[in-house]
Amino acid sequence: MKKTPFYSQHAEAGAKFGPFAGYEMPLFYPLGIMKEHQHTREKAGLFDISHMVHVAVEGPEAASLISRACPYDAADQAAASGKYTFMLNENAGIIDDLIISRLAGDRFLIVANAACAEKDVAHIRELAKDYDVKVNVIPRAFLALQGPAAEGVLQSAGLDVAGMGFMTVAEPRDGWFVSRSGYTGEDGFEIGLPPEEGPDFAARLLADDNVEWIGLGARDSLRLEAGLPLYGQDMDETVLPHEAGLIWAVPKSLREGGEYVGAEALASALAGEKERKRIGLMPKEKVPVRAGAILTDGEGTQIGTVTSGGFGPTLGGPMALGRIATSADESAIFADVRGRKIVMEPAKLPFVPHRYKR
Amino acid sequence: MATTYYTDEHEWLTVDGDEATVGITNYAQEQLGDLVFVELPEVGKSVSKGDDTVVVESVKAASDVYAPVDGEITGVNEALSGDPSLVNSAAEGDGWLFKMKLSDTSQLEGLMDKAAYDAHVA
Repeated sequence: MKKTPFYSQHAEAGAKFGPFAGYEMPLFYPLGIMKEHQHTREKAGLFDISHMVHVAVEGPEAASLISRACPYDAADQAAASGKYTFMLNENAGIIDDLIISRLAGDRFLIVANAACAEKDVAHIRELAKDYDVKVNVIPRAFLALQGPAAEGVLQSAGLDVAGMGFMTVAEPRDGWFVSRSGYTGEDGFEIGLPPEEGPDFAARLLADDNVEWIGLGARDSLRLEAGLPLYGQDMDETVLPHEAGLIWAVPKSLREGGEYVGAEALASALAGEKERKRIGLMPKEKVPVRAGAILTDGEGTQIGTVTSGGFGPTLGGPMALGRIATSADESAIFADVRGRKIVMEPAKLPFVPHRYKR
Repeated sequence: MATTYYTDEHEWLTVDGDEATVGITNYAQEQLGDLVFVELPEVGKSVSKGDDTVVVESVKAASDVYAPVDGEITGVNEALSGDPSLVNSAAEGDGWLFKMKLSDTSQLEGLMDKAAYDAHVA
């Protein structure tokens, strides 16, 4: 099992660890998931996300390669901005969802999911053979600081981030990368830095009374309240972007075709009868309805499945994301929980409003 | 005189005659984290040792609690439907899960006492 540069700090903080994508990661700390979750919404939560992978794509044809790998026009991407996107296979199934930042003209940074890192890098390298680019995995410590106090904490720690807007990026120091983004629905930042500098910087942030370590447990409840999808649960290689509620990330001009991998399959799927879609659901009872639960209509016929589900501490109740047949009657959706039928009410996403700094 | 026993599945039961009160140990609640839902059994239900009897759900996951011995459910802790976090704050007290009537008290012989359980989780 791999360890991140912050492992000993987590252990000192009393973390309970669990395996995640080949890493031993903190699930929660003595504060507990509920309070960690609330702390992030009220102050600033510090997350170790070093399991995620940073891939530098640099060279004269970097934008062309990215526009081939992902359904957006990287040549048009503003410098110092990040873009939520994904790589598709030839069937337009999602290989991974990513944030790609344009650091400067021909320098891009891909941040990918830990569990997908190997296949992502292999896929990009395969495509890169036709382009004049270099593809390098950069070892980095990676932290997220999320919540209303995040900006002030970073300013005090000597990082000038006050002028940054949501989804903008910067390179404040040699080997550092900062993005005003996150996975909680709150304002916040993600900070990549050389692994050997990670622990000191984390210690400096933690010295601020507003900051607490937050584990993967609260990371999941925060992202679910924010309606943000998790790769491997809410989407995978058999799910097309519109079936995961993610078609917004594909520019309109590229929905009818383009040069990117999967363009033809996506265009034809969008032109035809759409079969499945994502839906937000709130169980009418207090019982959490979790990933894998079968969704049925009033007659008991399966219409879909729950892809993510749990309890929302800020919402004050259970919530779920599901994928259902577009033909299903949304006024009569039931989930099977240990043989009991739970009434599921369609809910607007996000479950808890985003508070990004636009 | 009531005696408290512990199982290697991290349950405790306090037995008085052939009546027992059952819960999960403080160690177990620490491992589970904050509970948000507890699904209790029906009163009158017969259970055998090892049967899934209660489901405790943390923010993150659902876990089964097994019947520690054979018997019949005679009561459940209704307070948990309003406040599941009682199991976190008082696992071995007000956060008890259910009461049962034991059908075979000789099954208690295989269980641990407090000292043995503490050593078991140390």
